[in-house]
Amino acid sequence: MPWGINRRRVVTINDGKPGERSVSMACMHCTDPPCAAVCPVECIFPTEDGIVLHNKDQCIGCGYCFYACPFGAPQYPRVSNFGSRGKMDKCTYCAGGGGPEAPGSAEEFAKYGSNRFGEGKLPMCAEMCSTKSLLAGDGDVIGQIYKERVVQRGYGSGAWGWLTAYHEDVDV
Amino acid sequence: MKGYAVTEGKEPRGKNSLAIFLARLRLAIVALTFLAIAGAIPATAQQLAPDGAPNPTASGVNQQQLLRAEPRIEGYIDIPDTRARVLAQPAGRTWDYFHEVTLHWFGAIVIIGMIALLGGAYLIVGRLRISAGRSEKKVHRFSPFERFSHWLTAVSFVILGLTGLNITFGKILLLPVLGPDAFSSLSQAAKYVHNFTSFAFVIGLVLIVAMWFKDNIPRRVDIDWLKQGGGFVKSRHAPAGRFNAGEKAVFWIALLAGIAVTASGFLLLFPFYVTDILGMQVALIVHAVIAVLFVAVILAHIYIGTLGMEGAFEAMGTGEVDLNWAKEHHDLWLQDQLAKEHRPAPSSAAD
Repeated sequence: MPWGINRRRVVTINDGKPGERSVSMACMHCTDPPCAAVCPVECIFPTEDGIVLHNKDQCIGCGYCFYACPFGAPQYPRVSNFGSRGKMDKCTYCAGGGGPEAPGSAEEFAKYGSNRFGEGKLPMCAEMCSTKSLLAGDGDVIGQIYKERVVQRGYGSGAWGWLTAYHEDVDV
Repeated sequence: MKGYAVTEGKEPRGKNSLAIFLARLRLAIVALTFLAIAGAIPATAQQLAPDGAPNPTASGVNQQQLLRAEPRIEGYIDIPDTRARVLAQPAGRTWDYFHEVTLHWFGAIVIIGMIALLGGAYLIVGRLRISAGRSEKKVHRFSPFERFSHWLTAVSFVILGLTGLNITFGKILLLPVLGPDAFSSLSQAAKYVHNFTSFAFVIGLVLIVAMWFKDNIPRRVDIDWLKQGGGFVKSRHAPAGRFNAGEKAVFWIALLAGIAVTASGFLLLFPFYVTDILGMQVALIVHAVIAVLFVAVILAHIYIGTLGMEGAFEAMGTGEVDLNWAKEHHDLWLQDQLAKEHRPAPSSAAD
């Protein structure tokens, strides 16, 4: 992964004030992803599984996906003069890349990081999350687990980004 | 509680019993109210989960509340990248809509509309000839440095226009023809060309403004020129100095649009150096809308300078124009120019 890229970040809202919340955010793999729509070379695309991947060979580093992304997911390594951007990098759902590299190959790993999805595993962040506040998987299943939690433990502060990313809120 | 108060009220005897009962009832009501207030405080501070356990996150900020108050949610972050402070900005989807729907339609209508308009002008009005024919006498109009400045601006404008339009329309027009890999290489090169050519354009624009500012200040003769149909009505003579009102309009549009695209363009060239995500989105909207209008105006400028009018291109080509062309289009300037060159003024328009 290029230097200075943070595929997942934690933003603290109302830091030190009442109601403080820390929210972990990465690519939400939106339904109808705005980054893919706005890309001038159409190198970003949703897969059949609903994961948003991109082809770094075709990316021109224009930065438009960052302007369109509601969650600040796309990032660019600084490679040359001025504010010029390198090939965009973002969370791949640990599903490898959208380029021509063979799934699971060393070339794919070098450009996009691991392809756990191809091995039948979930993204590293969700697997490692100690409180399981990060969940990964099929949207309907996640929605069901979330509903059960709400019934058991209350609404809390909600499922952040869900409405913006998937056009519908989780009904509770 | 109320039941307890009423049961207590039965015990006192005698004529005071009613008063005591009422006093106890009042006490009971007050107690109830107090308990209601006391009960209400924990209800807001600490919501209970459905299983009765206190919910520690219930008082935390809520996404919908934040988005109702502010267009985007920002917070504190440990990493130095300040852009990453923005947790969510649903406006990104609005910007996407502008770029993919509004801008495509706006750009297509403005540019195709202008081309259609100019095509129509060529078919209906045709090429504006020099009425008196060529005199074969030449008048010096633009110095080599003036022509250099014009062509520096012009060539860089065409390059910037084409590479810029590629970012918006390339994926519709060129991607299906070239295929994704070739189109991506082309667009990558176009991005760098666009970024670097911008400096040449700015230098050209500064030179043009410095050289021609004085001659482009609007004067009374411009109103006459407009009244006489701006040289498009053959039977009427439209008087003009060095630049006519039409050329002055191009000058001022180029200056104002040039400032707008340059300012917004440099914000985009140095992303997030001076502005935030909203500023970048607005800069791109300004850049795109002004650039499309600018391209349309310059298309008209190119048409009238080449196909649309006989004898006009030479001014920027060789720097010398035909005497009869100058007489028809820039009579006031011609008088001054001939006086400067110590040449006799032509006697009449049909000389």
